[in-house]
Amino acid sequence: MAVLVVADHDNVSLKDNTHKTVTAALALSGDVDVLVAGQGVDAVAAHAAKITGVRKVLTAQSDALGKQVGEAVAACVVALMSGYDAVLTPATSVGKNFTPRVAALLDVAQISEITEVVDADTFVRPIYAGNALETIKSSDAKKVVTVRATAFKAAEEEGSASVEAVDPGPGAAKSRFVSDEIVKSDRPELAGAKIVVSGGRAMGSAEEFHRVIEPLADKLGAAVGASRAAVDAGYAPNDYQVGQTGKVVAPQLYVAIGISGAIQHLAGMKDSKVIVAINKDADAPIFQVADYGLVSDYKTAVPDLMAALTAAGI
Amino acid sequence: MKVLVPVKRVIDYNVKARVKSDQSGVDLANVKMSMNPFCEIAVEEAVRLKEKGAIEEIIAVSIGPIQAQETIRTALAMGADRGILIQTDTDPEPLQVAKLLKAVALAEGPSLVLMGKQAIDGDNSAVGQMLSALLDWPQATFASKIELTASAVRVTREVDGGLQTLELDLPAVVTADLRLNEPRYASLPNIMKAKKKEIALKTVDDFGGLSAPHLTVVKVTEPAKRTAGVTVENAAELVNKLKTEAGVL
Ligand SMILES: Cc1cc2nc3c(=O)[nH]c(=O)nc-3n(C[C@H](O)[C@H](O)[C@H](O)COP(=O)(O)OP(=O)(O)OC[C@H]3O[C@@H](n4cnc5c(N)ncnc54)[C@H](O)[C@@H]3O)c2cc1C
Ligand SMILES: Nc1ncnc2c1ncn2[C@@H]1O[C@H](COP(=O)(O)O)[C@@H](O)[C@H]1O
Repeated sequence: MAVLVVADHDNVSLKDNTHKTVTAALALSGDVDVLVAGQGVDAVAAHAAKITGVRKVLTAQSDALGKQVGEAVAACVVALMSGYDAVLTPATSVGKNFTPRVAALLDVAQISEITEVVDADTFVRPIYAGNALETIKSSDAKKVVTVRATAFKAAEEEGSASVEAVDPGPGAAKSRFVSDEIVKSDRPELAGAKIVVSGGRAMGSAEEFHRVIEPLADKLGAAVGASRAAVDAGYAPNDYQVGQTGKVVAPQLYVAIGISGAIQHLAGMKDSKVIVAINKDADAPIFQVADYGLVSDYKTAVPDLMAALTAAGI
Repeated sequence: MKVLVPVKRVIDYNVKARVKSDQSGVDLANVKMSMNPFCEIAVEEAVRLKEKGAIEEIIAVSIGPIQAQETIRTALAMGADRGILIQTDTDPEPLQVAKLLKAVALAEGPSLVLMGKQAIDGDNSAVGQMLSALLDWPQATFASKIELTASAVRVTREVDGGLQTLELDLPAVVTADLRLNEPRYASLPNIMKAKKKEIALKTVDDFGGLSAPHLTVVKVTEPAKRTAGVTVENAAELVNKLKTEAGVL
């Protein structure tokens, strides 16, 4: 059996989610190819070629692929699927957007956000905001799967696969890219960060969110996350949202500040190695999953924490 | 212009799902059920488009047990005009749902299918994209803003890293994200009015039958539980524990 992994990238750099998805793919088959669909992606493809275990890297380039328009990516992947028994994509906003199309066009099921490969037909995936794990068996000849990258270790980079260009496909006839607003940040990316500092509704304003959460994150070299309440209120941008319907993270250290710990938030961070919660309400549900809880007003706790970190040489 | 809004009856978002002891699934007996929150957002958006005069009719459609009539009734109370229930006691997979919705869309001829980005029970986030592919109508998922004209819809989408705006020819499929709007509560007069609105009771055979399933659930288990840790007295103790005990600093 041969497996196609669709790379996660922004045309400029390859994301670690790809390495993790390759690990999931290698659990299915030794024959793993990576597709880099985009525009101006030669450097990304060269990077993907280094991932250990990858047999071949395919590049497909067009304007529509450069904007990762769902119809275009799906058409490109479907055209390749005669040569593959499975396609695996990281469950990012791009992956979730085009992969179900691939499944529908191949008339097979999509298996969403797997966290484990049991065998070639059987996978484990969280359902109900991670309150249950479903083991699911597919009868399809071709598997179309999205992968929860946090559940897999990243493949190493000791390979040297060949790179070859393939047909980018027809693009998207009925939809047009208008614009994007991509926030550039020097901080690590939320999905792959070792430490995440998240702020909740308690921040009360965007200014307070910047003033409190960001310096702490910078001190720890952490990515910044937020609860839905903080995003809805405009304290933080939408792609900071951690949770069932936002991003799923599993860093070494997750620090939740002024976040109550609703089921939907826990779904996105409860697989973190160590969880710290700072909340002034001792009964907040977040403390039920926290390894270390500090019952305190963040207004004093965070400055104290900054000082304690400095004192500890951090 | 017509808008079709598929709505799903799911466990209420405030309820914590419990796994059945025989591992056959999640226990839904005597559990509060509600409209999937993302479907509510889709209904709300459709109602706002109607209030602005951009569309004439909103049809809410649900595939599920007879109780899903209540879900449709909620949509009608929010402002949808009529409902269709495709009754089934099976728990259809996203592809099966998408195929039935395709048949509904072809029968009703809406200019727009406005639906949730994800159902919070199965967490699949698949039906909208599948429907779009099956109909060969363009798609915009994870919408946080929708502008409708006579021939196109402009959608701002929540994506990793920020926002993306696409323009789609109509008819199109759009899936709603959290920031699209805040759904209203139905008022009492509107709840009363909704009782008189029509819900057509249909079977899967009215829409081409239920296609064969592709997936079987082997088992449903509980995830490993996290236990509460310790309470620290102050920030200094916290840093000390993170350094020496947890080893994460
Ligand atoms: C369909 C759906 C999807 C959702 N998806 C997500 C998701 O992906 N991610 C997500 O996060 N949520 C999600 N939610 C929302 C979720 O249910 C909660 O509403 C949300 O997580 C609450 O955010 P919060 O903890 O910041 O706010 P709150 O619940 O209001 O908690 C604020 C906390 O701050 C504490 N606090 C207040 N002041 C201080 C202070 N001065 N110092 C210290 N602590 C203080 C309070 O004690 C409280 O515990 C979703 C909900 C729905 C319906
Ligand atoms: N049984 C159903 N009946 C009506 N609509 C559904 C059903 N299942 C899914 N949907 C629609 O598809 C969206 C995404 O669901 P899913 O892909 O299952 O996460 C939901 O928000 C609904 O709008």
